[in-house]
Amino acid sequence: MGEAEQDRIETQEYLVNMGPQHPSTHGVLRLLLKLEGEIVHHVDPHIGYIHSGIEKMCESLTYPQIPYLTDRMDYLSAHMNEEAVCLCIENALGVEVPDRVKYIRTIFSELQRLASHQLWWCVMGMDLGALTTFFYGLRDREKILDIFEETCGARLTLHYSIPGGLMFDIHPNFRNRVHEFLNYFREKLPEYDQLLTGNVIFQERTRGIGIFPREAVINYGVTGPSGRASGFSCDVRKHHPYSAYPFVSFQEALDDRCDTLARYKVRIREMWESMSIIEQLIDNIPEGDYQVKLKGVVKLPEGEYFQRVESARGDFGVFIISDGKKSPYRLKFRSPGFSNLSALHAMSKGWKIADLVAIMSSLDLVIPDIDR
Amino acid sequence: MAFSIYDFSSFTQSIHEGLSNRLSPAGTLAVEWVIVGIVILLFVAVFGLFLVYAERKVCAFFQQRLGPMRVGPWGLVQTIADFIKLLMKELIQPARADKFLYNLAPFIVIIVTFLAISVIPFAKGLQAFDFDIGVFFVTSITAVGVIGILLAGWSSNNKYSLIGAMRSGAQIISYELSVGLSLITIVILAGTLQLSGIVEAQRAGWFIYRGHIPAIIAFFVFVIAGTAETNRGPFDLAEAESELTAGFHTEYSGIKFAFFFLAEYVNLFIVSAMATTVFLGGWMPLHFGNLEEFNHVMDLIPPVFWFFIKVFFVIFLIMWFKWTFPRLRIDQILTLEWKFLLPINLFNIILMTVIVLMGWHF
Repeated sequence: MGEAEQDRIETQEYLVNMGPQHPSTHGVLRLLLKLEGEIVHHVDPHIGYIHSGIEKMCESLTYPQIPYLTDRMDYLSAHMNEEAVCLCIENALGVEVPDRVKYIRTIFSELQRLASHQLWWCVMGMDLGALTTFFYGLRDREKILDIFEETCGARLTLHYSIPGGLMFDIHPNFRNRVHEFLNYFREKLPEYDQLLTGNVIFQERTRGIGIFPREAVINYGVTGPSGRASGFSCDVRKHHPYSAYPFVSFQEALDDRCDTLARYKVRIREMWESMSIIEQLIDNIPEGDYQVKLKGVVKLPEGEYFQRVESARGDFGVFIISDGKKSPYRLKFRSPGFSNLSALHAMSKGWKIADLVAIMSSLDLVIPDIDR
Repeated sequence: MAFSIYDFSSFTQSIHEGLSNRLSPAGTLAVEWVIVGIVILLFVAVFGLFLVYAERKVCAFFQQRLGPMRVGPWGLVQTIADFIKLLMKELIQPARADKFLYNLAPFIVIIVTFLAISVIPFAKGLQAFDFDIGVFFVTSITAVGVIGILLAGWSSNNKYSLIGAMRSGAQIISYELSVGLSLITIVILAGTLQLSGIVEAQRAGWFIYRGHIPAIIAFFVFVIAGTAETNRGPFDLAEAESELTAGFHTEYSGIKFAFFFLAEYVNLFIVSAMATTVFLGGWMPLHFGNLEEFNHVMDLIPPVFWFFIKVFFVIFLIMWFKWTFPRLRIDQILTLEWKFLLPINLFNIILMTVIVLMGWHF
């Protein structure tokens, strides 16, 4: 081909709409991609397709009603979300919940984190084309959901925590079931490594992909496992312990390789840590009440209240402004998914479409959490 | 009419004689072509459907599920039901598609698979066309299939389809080299390109055994490259579901989609059949040196069964890849081919040549 002829062939960036209906955006997220061939030049996330106005709705709900809605935001860490709201309300009222409640809440949080990470693992494999992981992960997640179902009747949106404690006491069988699960999953978790982590293709697809340094992570406010994979120590459970976390010892899973594989490995390590936390608590649940009776109508004193928890995706915050009435004046959630998504374009710039999918998967986005 | 399940040549010969006694030579040829066409058509339809069922079951067992169970015993009729559903579906055509190419593409893909099947030796005498250049014919005719995929991606007026088609083009053209070279390695040993000749040459022992080290390397390269050629996982970039929704056949529906789908499975069969014919002795039974009684028992199993047992072994191997490995990225796929498989292959050919020249094979 002559030089003149080569000049005549114009190459140009082209736009591709990824979503809102696309298998790997895990919900109704729409990404506007600017591509040159296979290379991603720009990612423009468009949210709002399932905006449900939860924050606004909360302004007209009473305080005990709010956790029903928070369950539906990040449905994979439903218990952590509702725990955050409950803790915030309890702190505002100055209510001290019994230790039993703290222990059970923490066990539930960690079970929920396990379930969430299991589902993330399924989907991560599936996004990279290893479809079998999906069924391995769901097989184990089912056991956790069964435990939830036995105690509180729900499997996904639990609504187990209420301001002042728990909805019901744990099921008499709860301890045995959790022990059974821990023994089971301790054998099954190495299978995850055998099937996916150790695979050459998987490592090729993730190692060194989507490197996001520590400074960038802090600037973008990326938290949770995605932030810790870049060496940003941001575990709320460690830095601002709540519920029963002061009573347990655990390692914060940190990694400084900043790539997709690091984000993957941090989550796998978190699963081990979660199991160890549950193990430390499950046999020591103190006797006592499972609830502090609050007044029929909960009214927060005038003021501003904030509470953070570590959800499966990162730092989840609840900010309540109360004007002394039975429902909040304003309520704002700081959802980890929103900040994590905001870093997507910086992470995936210059990588290929296939890498974009892997990077997005390693951020573990739940769209209703972003689009609340 | 003499019929023996161990040797089909007398059976086909008697049909041929019967026809030529009654018809002119041209008429005989015409009738024989129609018979061959119908037989291949039936075979592709039935075997394709069966492979879809097999894949769903194999995949289910890898994933700790049962797979289709509802339609018929163990879900045996499931794929037929699915096929009927596909037949009855509306053919939706994208608004600004290139109509002619869009409709042409699935036919190119499916016709290529029919042509390739026509030279596969299923058993002694059970082979539609026995060309002198059989191996060459298969590699060249399967190469035409990529045109269908490129046309499908191009004419659909969909960016995802186009990306999928371009990926597939780059991938298939690259891996064609490895497929061809690994087959040539064995052709050097066999001394013939004729498929029936290659099978006959393995009467004394399968080539994977007789050619030892280079043959085993060539076998693995062939299976890897063959998997890539059929666009199956871990090389299924052309239809990478999580990236490109369905790649080049995103915009196809109904029977046209079924053509692509069927062609994928028939290609799987062709790759496995070629691996069987060239490396694993085709329809030759399994023999061990001087175990006379064992060899005799093995001889009792008809060659057709031997052929299909081996084919299913290779098919299972390729399905195993798909359901355990993640997908490669496009540049990694090309790196694997050009930087690893191709040099290995070239070295392997030299090694085989030396071995054949020195007579170091069995």
